Parts: sequence; structure tokens; C-alpha cells
Amino acid sequence: MKLHHKLKTFKLGGVHPDDQKISAGVAITPLPLPKVVTIPVAQHIGAPAKIIVQRGDMVKTGQIIATHEGFVSSNIHASASGRIGVIEEVMDSSGFKHTAISIRVKGDDWQENIDLTETLVEEIKLEPKEIVARIMEAGVVGMGGAAFPSHVKLSVPEGKHVDHLLINGVECEPYLTADHRLMLERPKEIIVGIKILMKALGVDKAIIGIEDNKQDAIELFQELLKTETGIAVEALEVHYPQGGEKQLIQALLNREVPSGGLPADVGAIVHNVGTTYAIYQAVQKNKPLIERVVTVTGKSVKQPSNFLVRIGTPVIDLLIAAGGVPEDTGKIVSGGPMMGKAIADLDVPVAKGTSGILLIPKDEASRAEVYNCLHCGKCIEACPMGLEPYHLLLMSKKGNSQRAKEEHILDCIECGSCSFVCPSNRPILDYIRLGKTQIRKQKKV
Amino acid sequence: MNPVILYTILSLTAIGIVAAVVIYFVSKKFAVQEDDRIGKVEEVLPSTNCGGCGQPGCHAFAKAVVEAGDLSSLHCPVGGNAVMKQVAEILGIKAVERDPYIAVVRCSGSFEHRKKTNVYDGTESCKIAAALYSGDTGCAYGCLGMADCVEVCDFEAMYMDEKTGLPVVIEDKCTACNACVKECPKGILELWPKGKKNQRVYIACLNEEKGSTARKECSVACSGCSKCFEACRYDAITMENSLAHIDPEKCKLCMECVDTCDVHNIITANVTPEKIQAANEQRLKREERARKKKEEEKLAAEAAKQNTHETPPQA
Amino acid sequence: MSAGLLTVSPSPHIHTELTVPQIMRGVIFAMIPALLFSIYNFGIGALYVTGLSVLFCVAIEYAIARYLLNRAASIYDGSAIITGMLLAFNVPSNLPWHIILIGSAVAIGIGKMSFGGLGNNPFNPALVGRVFLLLSFPVQMTSWPVQGATFSLDAVTSATPLGILKEGIRSGTPVDTLLSEMPSYTDFFFGLQAGSLGEMSAFALLLGLIYMLYRKIITWHIPVSMLVTIVVMTGIFWLIDPTRYASPLFHLLTGGVMLGAVFMATDYVTSPFTHRGMLIFGFGIGVLTVLIRLFGSYPEGVSFAILIMNAFVPMINKFAKEPRYGVVKEKRK
Repeated sequence: MKLHHKLKTFKLGGVHPDDQKISAGVAITPLPLPKVVTIPVAQHIGAPAKIIVQRGDMVKTGQIIATHEGFVSSNIHASASGRIGVIEEVMDSSGFKHTAISIRVKGDDWQENIDLTETLVEEIKLEPKEIVARIMEAGVVGMGGAAFPSHVKLSVPEGKHVDHLLINGVECEPYLTADHRLMLERPKEIIVGIKILMKALGVDKAIIGIEDNKQDAIELFQELLKTETGIAVEALEVHYPQGGEKQLIQALLNREVPSGGLPADVGAIVHNVGTTYAIYQAVQKNKPLIERVVTVTGKSVKQPSNFLVRIGTPVIDLLIAAGGVPEDTGKIVSGGPMMGKAIADLDVPVAKGTSGILLIPKDEASRAEVYNCLHCGKCIEACPMGLEPYHLLLMSKKGNSQRAKEEHILDCIECGSCSFVCPSNRPILDYIRLGKTQIRKQKKV
Repeated sequence: MNPVILYTILSLTAIGIVAAVVIYFVSKKFAVQEDDRIGKVEEVLPSTNCGGCGQPGCHAFAKAVVEAGDLSSLHCPVGGNAVMKQVAEILGIKAVERDPYIAVVRCSGSFEHRKKTNVYDGTESCKIAAALYSGDTGCAYGCLGMADCVEVCDFEAMYMDEKTGLPVVIEDKCTACNACVKECPKGILELWPKGKKNQRVYIACLNEEKGSTARKECSVACSGCSKCFEACRYDAITMENSLAHIDPEKCKLCMECVDTCDVHNIITANVTPEKIQAANEQRLKREERARKKKEEEKLAAEAAKQNTHETPPQA
Repeated sequence: MSAGLLTVSPSPHIHTELTVPQIMRGVIFAMIPALLFSIYNFGIGALYVTGLSVLFCVAIEYAIARYLLNRAASIYDGSAIITGMLLAFNVPSNLPWHIILIGSAVAIGIGKMSFGGLGNNPFNPALVGRVFLLLSFPVQMTSWPVQGATFSLDAVTSATPLGILKEGIRSGTPVDTLLSEMPSYTDFFFGLQAGSLGEMSAFALLLGLIYMLYRKIITWHIPVSMLVTIVVMTGIFWLIDPTRYASPLFHLLTGGVMLGAVFMATDYVTSPFTHRGMLIFGFGIGVLTVLIRLFGSYPEGVSFAILIMNAFVPMINKFAKEPRYGVVKEKRK
């Protein structure tokens, strides 16, 4: 029976797009290894990794092929065994060309020290500092989409006290089900992952936030956590962008991260369930981040699926495995429909932050006619940060960076709610992004 | 007289007088003292407030000129030397002549040369498209064709050529104010010296990819074949990242490089085909001479070698 | 692989279904109960006036956009139809066609297109047209046909309840006596009163309001704050002296209050952006309406109140901001 108390959610704005979770009932299936994997060295926020292999080298699965440059960066591992091919600039899901290492796959020969068994390892032997070091070593980054290196998040700046670990199982993007499936199929591993994170951070309270449209996952975790103390499950309203870091903190803890500040400023650290699972793998199984769950979905896709994919697999392989590219495909998005990036090239490799591939039919691929601004205020109503998107659009358009900054344009989380809701189809977020880049450019100068 | 009318007139007059007195004192108190030369200088400036001089507007430029008392680092590109001469006269200082500049479009990737690889459906703005991805053609360096430069031009000196999808600079109207150069996210527009007799030569490509890749993306891309580099007698052409670049400071406008480009992407302005042809013939002749000379040298060297062989080496 | 190239655009890649044409259609739909009631009440004259007004507004907008501004005709978004309907709702059902034409020309030409068309007008165009007509043709604009007068356009006219009240109070008659000569509140609620074409039936207008709230076309803020303000303010005066001031219910159900609260004040373009702003806006309209009704020389003040508050919208927008995430209230400078 459903409880009739009001579900928690964030306080400002938000929208309710149709959730379209058509692949929610499809179990995760591993995708066969491709012939060639192409692994970009800049899959994360921060400095690109430094390549330490050469063309012709033989590598094993899980071997480091590029090391982190500086602290805010991440290691890159070979996601399959084989011979290193060309190292050149290739188009990746960012829409730009970046350096990538290609491996001509020969078999799947893993490094010896990686535990490939399925047994659940519950005992956490490592000390907090060792845990962070191991996560850094394993190249774990935020798998919700932003790909921020996880070890950086776990290194709480001095003078800040963290009291809550929040686990993001919200998956508020329509269509995507990768996290949902992972929660259903690997709940025990995720719980161990949470305990690892709690130990690393030294906190005794963790909350898993799951949107109400994943009732099965909520019930599963409630069942498994009955005997646990310190870890709670919270059902959240289906409300986009519930999974935004700042929104989740507001929903679960009723705290607001100060403008320009970090979650640690209000005592919270947020990790995605996918990341938590990767952390379990890294710490307990010594397995680096070389594969992830990717949802392949869309209204016309023959077999909407959730695949376990090696990093560097070309997108086309996933599409073929999901029944091919439908005739009416007009747009292919890497990520969800609200924040994902449209890709034009099907050879783009899956990266650590690729949560899904969404195929949009032709009749929904193009933007509709733009009308004048009606001053309806719907964008303001929808903004989860309490900004005035229409106003920011005008200021960005006029190049008035100073005013835009005063109006907190840099607080924008680019969730797309304003553009989604605008009845005049105005490209609000396009211009806000432009304004943000203009300000960042000025800062550099 | 009707007392109502009388009182109205009296009270209005009184208010008027009081206001006048207040305004008088306020204007005296808050009067801004400014060098009257600034006003004079401003008068001769084109008052387009385009910002091409680097100052926020014509008034700011006038102020800067008066304060600096020296024209070596200040120049109004719109007014050009004629206006700067007037400015110099007003201030009684020496005028500094500068070569006039013009904006050039350094991309030749028209629709015909550069096939579309996807359809851009975002806001019609080069800046927004450039922030999103590398563009709707294979070439990540080329013009995006959404006319940000045309929109920003205050002098109506640019338009989009509908056949090619590239911007065109109208020579007589361009004042080299730099606005389009700053606006273009791909850096395709560049200020170039107008040149002697308005003659210019430049390479209209910025693609830094390897030659084969670049040509796949655009049929007129610079492949970095270095033919023009080798043809230049004045070291004005440099090769970097498989892309040739002409340094306008060193270029002597001999036009000998123009015909070396196998995709005809060395662009000239106001140069007759005859001159290019003549320059090309001259180059070919010179190359022929050089080749002959080289051959002779080679023969001579071989002969010398044989000579050395005859004398046995001393151990 | 599908033929043709893939589309690339910045996120978001999906969009709400509620776009401008949908919204305009929704508003038109919401006005239909009031229109139907008006036809039932005044006969074919109501339909005639509404039809003419819509026709004129659309034609004038088309002509101005096409031939004066040289741009694509903007009539397909449906906003001209709404302006036409609202203008008709604000005039008597026996208005001659040439006055409707003038009203439409002023509403669309001056009220809307001279500012750049939909989205740029500071004042509600229909009200601009209506107030212009009210000031230019006071006689025709205040001669309301008696309900039930079906087809004859020169039917017997009567005054509105508000007009009777104003005249009565001026001549010193107590409110009770005046009210006893008028229909009951229930009749008022369903619309059995004299008045402009679309303003009589609070019931029909409320149906429209409920529909628009359900479709999420408008929010509750403006209507509620406006109506509550009117009730509270008239209530205070009524409690002070019930012989000189009518009850809040009377004020709520008569004149253009309901029409104003549901359709005129909630116009997107001329109302504030934020919920806070909307509450202030509604409050302002309420106060001005009551002041004009009780102390002004006109019996009715909703149109003026809305137009006056329209002028304050930019200022309200500047100061009534939504709370921001993570921004502590800035200290007053």
C-alpha cells in the first residue's frame, strides 16, 4: 500500500516532463566486446589524463593507459585487452574532437590482481585515506553525467564538516533507466559501496533518494536496509530536476548550498548510485572503471535495452544491439532528453559519463516555431534555482555580462527547465549558456 | 481681475522663479570641468562609437588622446589617417600615419566545397553553435555561416553570400573596426593591411588537420603541401600544423605563390589575372633556372667527388 | 541507417506541449461559456458584436503586420482573436459596427501593434480599446440593452447595478432600498443583470477560470489576490456604514470584476512574471477598483484599475523577485 504522506521534493521551480521509462523492465545485458575500443583521455571534468602507452604496446583489460594530471583529473584504463592502435583526435560525445587511444581488441585478458568473481565482499579492510587513494587509482568519476572525479568529492576541504552522505538514485531524466536497473540488480553491492563512502567520509548518516516512479527499487532497498542503521531510503516526488545535486540536498536535508559554494558547505556529499557501484568494484574487487550501464531507448527503438558496456565502445554497436537505428530517427542524444548532448557521429565512443543513448524520431527532432516572449513567467516558475531565465536571455543576448552576473547567471545548473516550459519555444538556455561562457572568458582574460 | 486667475499667475511665476534659481545654483555647483579640446577632438571623430580603437566610444577616445598627448598608440581606424591628421592639428602634435586595414574572410568552405554532416537546429547564432559542437560540416575550423559577423557590423560592410554561405566584406565600407573579428567564434575574420593599391593576398583556410583529413572535410582545405611556402622568396609564408599562413608584414605582393595552390585557395584582392599569370611565369622560369643550377652543381659535385676518389685517403 | 542527416541542437531535446497556439486556444475555449451565456441573455446581438470585433481585430492585425511592418502575418497565434473577444466582452451588446471598428483599430493598432505586436504591449489591448471607446462614446458605451432583447439592436436600455447604485447613493438613497429594487445575488451570480456583453455571469466566467487553472494556463495568484482585496476592502467599508456602501458580495458579482480577474488581469503580457509580483498586481487592481467604485465619478473601475496597474508591471518585476536558491537575502543598500 502506498503511503499517503506528501513526498519530499525541492522547493523552487521544476517541471514534469513525461517520464517515458520504457526500458525500465529490461534487465542489464552485457554487450559483446567490440573490435576496437576508442578511449578518450578527457572523459571527466578537469585536466585530460597523460598518455603512458605507445602505439603497438600490448595491454591487458584494466591496465592504466593514461594517468591523471594533477588532482582534479582521472586515470584512464584499458577497457579491453589488445594492441594499442592509433592515438589521435576523434569526435567524442562532447561534440568536439579530443585525443583518444584506440585498442585493437584481442580477447579479454584481465590484469591478474582484479577480482572477477561475483561474490559479495562485505568487509571493508581499507582505511579512509586508502579508500580515497584506491578510488583515485581506479579512475572513478561521477557517473550521473557530469563525470566529476569522485576522489576530489571525497576529499573534503579542511574546515568543512560533512554529516550526511546522499546517494542519488533519482534518475530524473526521462527515458533513462540505467541507475534504476542497477539498483534492482546490484542492491547489495550498492549498499556496501555506501558503507565504503561513509567510512571514507567519516559520516554515520546516509540517505538514498529515489524518485517515486521506481517503487520496486524503493521497496527493495527498504527491505535490505531493515537491519541497517544509519542508511535510510527516501521516496521523492517525480519532479525534474530532482537529481540535480543542489536540488537533492534541498529535498532530502532542506539545506541550500550557498551560491558559488559546494555541497560540503552545508555538510552533504552526493554520489550517484552508479558511482557508488563503481566504488564498490574499485575498493572491494580492485576493478577500475572500465564499463558502465548504458540505456538505449527511444519511442521507435525496437528493443529498448540496458547494456553493460565497455568504455570506448562505439555508439553504433549499442544501437545495432538494440535492434538497429529506426528509419524515422531524426536525432541521437547521448544522455537524457533534458541535459544530454545531440551527437551527429555514430562512431562516438561511450565514455564514463554516458548514461544513455536516446533516439528521437524525426517529427520530434526539430524545434518548433519561436514566438515573441509573452512575459508569462513560466520560465521563472520552472527555474529550480529561482533565477529569471527570460531576463538572463536578454542580458546574454545584449552581451551585458556584468548585469547577468549580478542576476546570478552562474548559478544556472543548465537543467533546461526554462526552455522546456517556454510556450513561445524561446531558446532560453542556449543564450544563458552563451552568457555563462562569456563571463568565464572574461575571467580568463 | 478675477482673483483665481491672479493667484494662479502669481503662484506659477513664483514657482518658476524658485526653480530657476535652484537650477542655476545646482548647475554651478555640479558643473563638470572638462578640457575643451576633448569636445573639439570628438567633433572630428566619426562618432560611430564602434570601439574599433580599443576605447569604449568616441568620447572616451577623445579623452584618451587629449590625456596622452601623443598619437603613437592611439588610432581611429574608422576615420583613418585623414581624421587622425585633424586630431593632431587640434592638439598641435605630430600625426602618426598608419596603414589602413580591412577585414578578410579566411574560409573558402562554401556549400559546394564543404558537405553538411548534420543539421543544426539550435539558435541561429555562430557563437551558440560553436559552444555546442564543432559545426554542421566535417571541418571544425570553418565558417558556421550564421552571420554573427554581419549582424555586429555597424557599417553595413558585410553580407552573407547565399550561394556560398560565407560572409563577404564590402571593401569600400569596411572600416576595420574589429567588431566582426571579435565576434567570430572561429576566428575566421582577420584584420589585414589593405595593401598597396588595395592589393592583398591571403590563404582562406584555418584547418589544422592533417592534409588528407582536411581534404576529406573540405575540398578546398589547405592540406599543408608547402608548395606556396617553397615558392615564397621573402619568407612571408610559414607552415604550422599543416597549415600555410602568409605574414602580411613580410609579403611583398609578388603574387608568385598564388598559382601554386592546387585548390586555388590563395585569395587575392584587386589583382589582375594578368599580373598573377606573369608572376607565375616568372616563378616557373626562376624555378627552372634554379633546377638547372642545381643540376649543374650536382654534376660539379659529382665531378669533385670523383676527383677526391682518385687521390687515395691517407690513413 | 535512416536517410538524411541527423539533427543537432543544444539541450533540452523535449518540449512541453503547452505552446503559444495551445494557450491561445485554451483561453478562447475558456471564454466560450461566457459567450454562450451572453448569447442566451442578449440574443443574436451578442454574437454579432463578438463576431464583428474578432473579425476587425484579426483583419487589422493582419493588415498592419503585412503592409505596415512588412513581416509575416502574426494572426495564426490566435492572440488577435482573444483581443477581439475580450473587447466584445467589454462593450454593450448593441454597439453599432462603426464603434466596434474604431475600438478594434485602437486596441490592435495602438494597444498592441504600435509596440511591436504580441508580447511587447505594456497595456492590455482590449482594455485600451474599451477605455478609448468609453471616453469617446460615453452614451453608446453605457446604454445596456435589457436582457432578453433578442434581435433588435435598438432595444430598451437599462443601467447596470453599479450605475444604479452610484446614482442612488449620490441622490442620498440608502443602499438597502436600492438593492431591494435589483435582482437577487443568485441572479447576479448567474448573470441576470445589465452590463457589458461578457461580464455579467460570474458563473460562466468562473467555469473559464477553472478550465484555465486546470490546463495550467494561468495560476491562481492574480484572480485570488484581486478578488480577496476587493472583498476585504469593500467589507471594511460595508461594516463601517452599510447604508452608504454595498456588501462585498454585491461588488464581487456586479460589473467587470469577474471578467477582469479571470481574463483581463491575467493576460500574460501585461501582468508581472513572478508569483509575488502577481499577488501585488492583483492587490493593486483590487484597491484601485474599490477606490474608483466607491469614491470616483465612474460607477465601474476595473478597466482603469487594470490599466493603471499595467503601467506598474515593470516596476513590480524589478522588485518582486522570487527567492533564489542558495542566495541569502541581500542586505539593503
